[in-house]
Amino acid sequence: MTSKQIISLLPYQEPFLFVDELTLMSSEGITGHYTFKKEAYFYKGHFKDNPITPGVILTECMAQIGLVCLGVYLLKDQLKEHNLPQIALTSSQVDFFLPVLPGEKVTIVSEKEVFRFNKLKCKVKLLNSKGELVCRGKISGMVKV
Amino acid sequence: MGNTMTKEELIAKLKIIVQPYIQDEDAFNNLSEHTDFINDLKINSANLVDVVLDVEDEFDIRIENDDMEKMISVKAAMDIVIEKLAAK
Repeated sequence: MTSKQIISLLPYQEPFLFVDELTLMSSEGITGHYTFKKEAYFYKGHFKDNPITPGVILTECMAQIGLVCLGVYLLKDQLKEHNLPQIALTSSQVDFFLPVLPGEKVTIVSEKEVFRFNKLKCKVKLLNSKGELVCRGKISGMVKV
Repeated sequence: MGNTMTKEELIAKLKIIVQPYIQDEDAFNNLSEHTDFINDLKINSANLVDVVLDVEDEFDIRIENDDMEKMISVKAAMDIVIEKLAAK
């Protein structure tokens, strides 16, 4: 399954799709990247005259690439072109270390911890373009066809 | 371990396992064989998987998909644990 095929099976679209490309995929983990658009709607309010990517959006980006894209990859043999996977975020615990500014490209690296009985739990890191750790955490969700 | 464990001991162990995942404190305090994980304790589907994984670790058993589907109450969990321990 290619990066494009996985992205086409995601249940998201603009302005809430935070995946540009997946560069490494295996049954053990996934790596992908996203560049935050300078004109994204949330920069108008977070913060006043001081645009910084909200932590919840970084968490969403980590979940879309690290959990949902990996989930789609893991279910690839059961998913057909037209049916989208059913997904639900069930928990996230994330620590933040650095800010991400408008226009920055981030890379998400996710390692599978558990995938059983439709529950996928991953250890996810988000790095900036200098390779510095921006945030990391554990994200879980239910993923099924 | 398995052969000497009483029903009460088994319930006590299950009670410790489910505690982090319950929403309904009253149902938890009154936990018995007849307590349902979803309807009484209000455990969500993802945490029900955590319960199953924790049961596997606690009793050193492997729970399969079929068992998972049945494991929706204290009684059902006890039956599965007893069956798996007996088969070891």
